Formats: sequence, structure tokens, C-alpha cells
Amino acid sequence: MIEFDDVSIRYEPDGSDILTGIDMFISEGEFVLVVGSTGSGKSTLLSSINGLVPHFTGGVLRGEVRVDGRSTREHRPRDLADIVGVVPQDPLASFVTDTVEEELAYTMECLGLAPTVMRRRVEETLDLLGLEELRNRPLRTLSGGQRQRAAIGAVLTAHPKILVLDEPTSALDPGAAEEVLAALHRLVHDLGITVVMAEHRLERVVQYADRVIELSGSGRAIAIGEPTTIMATAHIAPPVVHLGRVAGWHPTPITIRDARRHADALRTLLTGQVPPLRAVPDPNSPPIANLDSLRVQHGTVTALRDVNLRVDQGDIVALMGRNGAGKSTLLHTLVGGLTPTRGSVDVTGSDPRQLAGPELLARVGLVPQEPADLLEAATVAAECAASDKDAGCDSGTTRAIVALLAPDVTDSTHPRDLSEGQRLLVALAIILAARPRLICLDEPTRGLDYPTKARLATILTDLAEAGHAIVLATHDVELAAEVAHRVVILADGEVVADGPTSQVVTSSPMFAPQVSKVLSPQPWLTVGQVQRALANLGGTA
Amino acid sequence: MSTITRQASLTQAARSYRPEARWLHPMAWWSWAIGLAIAASSTTNPLLLMGIIAVAALVVDRRKPQAPWARSFSFFLRIALLIVIIRVLAQILFGAPTGTLAVISLPALTLPEWFAGVRIGGTVMLEPLLQSVYDGLRLAAIIVAIGAAGSLASPARVLKSVPAAVYEVGVSVVVASTFLPQLVGDVSRIRANRRLRGRPETGVRALTGTMLPVLHSAMDRSITLAAAMDSRGYGRTADRSTADRLRTGTALLAGIVFIAVGLFFLLGTASQDWENWGLGIVALGIVSAAVSLALAGRRSTRTRYRPDHWHRADIATLACGSFTAIAFALAARIDPSGMATATQPPTWPSLPLLALTALVVAALPAFFTPQPPKDFR
Repeated sequence: MIEFDDVSIRYEPDGSDILTGIDMFISEGEFVLVVGSTGSGKSTLLSSINGLVPHFTGGVLRGEVRVDGRSTREHRPRDLADIVGVVPQDPLASFVTDTVEEELAYTMECLGLAPTVMRRRVEETLDLLGLEELRNRPLRTLSGGQRQRAAIGAVLTAHPKILVLDEPTSALDPGAAEEVLAALHRLVHDLGITVVMAEHRLERVVQYADRVIELSGSGRAIAIGEPTTIMATAHIAPPVVHLGRVAGWHPTPITIRDARRHADALRTLLTGQVPPLRAVPDPNSPPIANLDSLRVQHGTVTALRDVNLRVDQGDIVALMGRNGAGKSTLLHTLVGGLTPTRGSVDVTGSDPRQLAGPELLARVGLVPQEPADLLEAATVAAECAASDKDAGCDSGTTRAIVALLAPDVTDSTHPRDLSEGQRLLVALAIILAARPRLICLDEPTRGLDYPTKARLATILTDLAEAGHAIVLATHDVELAAEVAHRVVILADGEVVADGPTSQVVTSSPMFAPQVSKVLSPQPWLTVGQVQRALANLGGTA
Repeated sequence: MSTITRQASLTQAARSYRPEARWLHPMAWWSWAIGLAIAASSTTNPLLLMGIIAVAALVVDRRKPQAPWARSFSFFLRIALLIVIIRVLAQILFGAPTGTLAVISLPALTLPEWFAGVRIGGTVMLEPLLQSVYDGLRLAAIIVAIGAAGSLASPARVLKSVPAAVYEVGVSVVVASTFLPQLVGDVSRIRANRRLRGRPETGVRALTGTMLPVLHSAMDRSITLAAAMDSRGYGRTADRSTADRLRTGTALLAGIVFIAVGLFFLLGTASQDWENWGLGIVALGIVSAAVSLALAGRRSTRTRYRPDHWHRADIATLACGSFTAIAFALAARIDPSGMATATQPPTWPSLPLLALTALVVAALPAFFTPQPPKDFR
């Protein structure tokens, strides 16, 4: 179905190759997962399947890509629209029309299908993806999972043989991600569509894949093969695979089910061991932040109601919950960007609404969902200099923090050219320059690969140990399990759970990390904990 | 007995007759409204003009859908009222006192010598005042008619029914209409985020500071959208022969030349004879341009999903609009004094029968057209 014949791609004629010597064949009905760290060329590989690279982006492609016998040399993306359906990373930015039904029809209109055929296919697709209730809804009012399904439906109506998806679940909460993946699973099994997908969150998707392509940092395909074989050695792997490696299981488990078959022995081995308690802050010290029966309205919608929250020095609190549950609203209220209709906000003894400038920055900082929103300057160096001035600290402070957090960022780079992870770390460095007591992060792991995520986890733990308090809103259960002392779950603007991470995340399958699912009822959350416990055992035995 | 039952059931059927809810063809509403506007432009009879406004309001009231864009009618009504007021005020303040019946005497402003010819204030005469009310009403009626179309026909559906050759224009309007709210969202988000760097959220510095990130994200979004449209088959065209392309080009060029030459004759010369020639040439040019559009439209292989069809009610609505326009024009020929109410000296406006009938016909779509669907877009 898809053939890559010794394909190399570069964007600059005399630059270096983004992809080198890719040689592969994907047959009909396969579900192929592309994995690799940020900048390894995953998106380039996906875009070359329908010819967007190089027809749309420019660049040089050597070798040949053939889909269903058509070469992308002679066929532009629009000429392949009936074979390849592409679902981009941000569905909202790629919608052409304004309602669900019209969007589903758009590709077919372009292809010139007969009106009766269009009508039938729209109805079929609405049913197939469970969009019937939403057919007349404006696309902008849909939730994240609904948007993603509408975007899949919009390309599916053309009956493509291949579906290409770029990180379809990275912006979704665990529930919405399940919803989208279940829909895809059905398409592969019922309709025999070939699916090629790139995704960082392997814990969500790897069990669906028939084959995995691992790209190295230099753009070479390291390996192509069955998930179990690839995952046994891959640099990038979900926690369950790491657990399997630590415990020495063969073959490497890639699903919770596989792992639980081996887990008995490990559980017996770990009996009597307990994960180390995360430091409990002193309840008598004054809180860094305190929310008291807080209510926030957006127009007629109540975004938060009767929220009580206390954050102490050294605390890491993870806010979880569906898209739209009020996580971002809570963070923006903490920095005084929103005015509560009732209740009070207190950050280190003052109301953040009343603060501005360096005084605000020294108390509370927020890295927003789009870290790029913070960046205005043309180079990293200029950005750092501006940040020193904003925070009123010695010149060079921010640059030093950037060097510490993201050593590979160069002075002259434009902030827009940084990778997703680098941009987040630069934004974090800018916030840290003023040494705020409370640090908030909104969805920090969106689009981050495992190595960058591990780096972020270490940085956050270090900051908490240095006495900062941290509140992070996240969909990433693994990150929450890794770093958070406490997890607060919001639903519809209310706090529905607030307690130590180990208790909150293990009590619901939706928020439980993989390690906990494998080893329950034992209270282990992360591979690191298990690894240390095993090392202790080895030491004492 | 049986006749009575049948009659009863017939009346019941007539009473319960409600056409199935559907959208009327947007062009039907627009042609109806344009008919009303043309009718309004051919008269200064205040009764007829108010009649046109009333008819438009009645139809909107009965057939307006529950959509946000449909609420614009009251806005148009207010603009219409404002137009009448401004026109009358201008007459009172600056108008020439031609007439014999004084209404009120305002203090006049004496202007310097070099500003002679302009009068401010002074005695207000009834005749020019009435004339200004009628003129204002005429413009108001035209505005209200157009406003009625705007709240009866969905803008998205109007764009869907434009000819294939100018389809791209429709797409860009739709894209812009979804792009703009997103841009506004970006601006407010990025501005609010300036707080996070301890910078002011308002003022000139804030505006210039947010400009760059906003432009960046708008640019990113445009590129994403362009790539998405390309991968979904936008711009696929059928192969055309060179001869075909030549024909289209020639027709368009001829059309433009004809229209230009015709306009020159129409506007540039005084003789009636030349004017008639000009009119003919312009008409020829328009036909030629239309042919080229139709030829160019064949190049596009697009089809339309659920296009609006012309049903009986749609055609009847169009007919009602056209009838009103034609009847008003005829009435102006037959009975000039009835259609243009005299103000020198002031007379009571009459009610020409033909125009009155046209008004009733124009109001019919309020009853025979189907209701708009409840779930709107």
C-alpha cells in the first residue's frame, strides 16, 4: 500500500538530511506506529506519504514514495486526497467549514462525488464515529475528543485506503483519548484501513499497533518490526516496557494484560517493601497558596465552584480532570489573571490581583499551555535580557537558568524555531528568573518525548526540594505519578478528589499509571520506585 | 352528512396544513428582498413606503430562524430610523426655505460674507420638510428590505449557492469568518499572558508587544489550514483543452470591453440615441461575461453537498418579489402623481390600487413559505 524506496529528505538544498535512506513497505490494513524523539523526523515522514513533503513544504526528496501504486513525484497532495486521509495535529486549525456535517462533506465535494453518494457516506460516517448528535454543531464548540473524531470523519468520508495521524491524542484527557483510539481500532478491524500514526504517548497506543517504526535522532529508521521486538530494545518506551526490562520479563510486555501475567512473581518479591513516602510538608507552616471557597464565572458558565485548595512549601500538586473541567481557570486565578466572583485567593499572604510587575513575578509564575505566548523577542538572548529586566534581577540570570535547563539552546535561535520541549524549558527559565515561591505549569508535557519529560520531572522535583511550591495541570497520568505529592481531580469546576498521589490515582482506572495497574493492589506508581526497591533487596540479600 | 364530514375534514386539513420545515433557497429570499428594494426606490409615497417596511417586518417576524445571524433585523430597523431622523434634521438645519407654509422659526446663524449661500437655521417650511421625510423613508425602506434578506437567508447558505467559477471567493469568506474569532481569541489570550511576565496588559506597549506573537500564530494557523485543504483535495481541476481555455478567455475579454464601451456611450454623450446604443452594448457585455463564467465553472470538478433546490414555494417567493418591483414600476408610469406624492403644495398621499395589490402580494411569502428548521446552523 505504501512503499518507501530509499527515501531521503532535506529541507535546505545544502543542509543535512531530516530523513535518510528510509526503505520500507507497509501493506494493506496494517496499523503502523512511528516513534522517535522530538526532531527525529516523524512529522516529515508522515507528511511525505501524501506528498505534502516536498510539494507543499518545499525541500528535496530523493528516492521515491509510492502510495497505492501512485508516485508522489507526479501526484500532488490534492491528487492523492482520495487515497490518503491526513488528520493533522491540531484539528481546529485545519477545519475548513463551520459545522460538523459540512466538514464531513468537504473532501467529497472537492473530489466531485455525486450528491447521493455524499449524502449516504456522511450518514454512515456520522454513525461510525458516533457524531450523529453533533451533526449541526459548530466545530468550535466541540470538545477535544469530539474535534478529533470530527477530523477523522472528515477525511474518512472520501473512503481513503490510508489514514495518517500526527499525535492524535497528545492534547486529550485519558477518557477522550480512549474514545478516539477505540474509533480508530474499529476502522482498522472493520474497514481494513491502513493506519500510520505518530505518537509520543506510547502507553496509550502501542498495544494497538501491528508494527512499529523507530526513528533515530539522525533521521534513520533504526528498526521496523513487531511492537514486542522493537520495544525490547527501543530508547523510547512506555513505563510498562521499562518495568518489564527492570524485572527481566521475556518477551517484553507491551500491554497491561501481558505484564500482569508475569507480575505475580514480582509482587511476591516486593512483598514487605513499601515505596518511599514523599516528603509531607509541615502543616503548621504558613501555606504558599490558599484558595477559600472559590467561585469563578466565565459569562454565564461557572468554571469553578467552591474550590478549597492549600499548597504548601515543597509541595507538587497535580491538577487532573477532563478538558474543560476548570484546570486552566484555576491556574490563571492563582496568578491573578482572573477575578473570582466569590471566595478568596491568597498567594504568600497577598491577593495576586493586587500585584503586578516584579512583585508578582517573585511570588507566582505560570508557564501557559502555549509557552510561545510568553515569547516576544527575536532571539533567545534578547528574550533572556528582557526577562532579566522584567524580573528586576541581575543581567545574565535567565540565560544561566536556560543553560542549566536546556543546555543545547543557542543564543541566536529564534524562539519559534526551538523544539516544543526547548520552548517549554526556555519559558520555564524565564518564569524561574524571578524565583517565584509558587510555580504553575499548564499542560507541560504536550508534545514532549520521554527523555524531555524525564528531564522535566527531575527539574520539578529539584525545584520542590529547593522550597518552591508547584501546581501543574496535566492529562499525563505518568508524569503525575512520577512527580506529584498530591493529586487534585476537578470535574465540572468542582474538586472531586484531593489526596496523596498514591491514593488518588490508584483508586480510579482512568488516572492510574501503568505500573500501578500492573502491580495493584501493591501501591507502586513508577518504574523508579520498583527499581530502587529491587536494588535494596539485592543489597540486603 | 357525508358532505358535512368531508367539509369539516377539509377545513381541518386546511387549518392544520403546515409545510414541512425546511430552508427556503437563500436566493429566493434575496430576490424577494431586492424586488422590495427596487419597488421602494420607485416611489416617494409615504404610505407605500411604510407599507413596504411593514411587509418586510411581517415576513421576518414569521419566518426568521432561531440563529444568531437572524437577530440583525432590529439593527437594520434602527439604522433606518436613524436615516430618516438625520435626513429631517439636515433639512431643518441646512435646507433652503422653498415653500409658503412656515412650521417653526428657528434662530438663524449669520455666516460671514465668504461663506454666502449656506444657511443655518431660520424659518422651517413644511414643503421641503415633507420632501425630506419622504426621501428619508425611501432610503429607510430599501435598507429594511436588504436587512430582511440578511436575517431570513443564512449567510453560509448564500455563499454555498454562488456560481462555481467564483467559488474561491466564497471559500475565502468562509475561512475568514472562522479565522477572525480565532484571531480575536489569540489577541486576548496573548495579552492576558503578558501579565505572566510582569508586563502591563493594556496600553500602547502591550499592543505592540502582542502583535508579533499574534501574527506568528495567525501565520502558523494559515499554513496548517492551507496544508489541510491541499491534502483534502482543494483545487483539483479537470483537464481542459487549449481551445476551451481560449474560448473562456475571449468571452471574458469581450464582455469587459463591451461593458466599458457601453458605459462610455451611456455616460459620455448627451444624445438619447447614443444612450440607447450604450444600453444595448452593456447588456451584450454582461451576457458575454456570464458565458465566460459558466465556461470557467465547467473546469471545476467540485460537486455540492445537499445543495438548495428551487421548490414551488421558492419560485413563488421569487415571483412575489419580482411582481412587486414590476407593479411599482408600472404604477409609476400609469399614475405618476400617486406614486410620487406632491409636496408643492402638500397633498394627502393617495393609494394607487396596483401598488397596493403589489404590497399584498409581497406579504404572501409570510404565509405560504415553509418554516425554517428548528436546529439551525
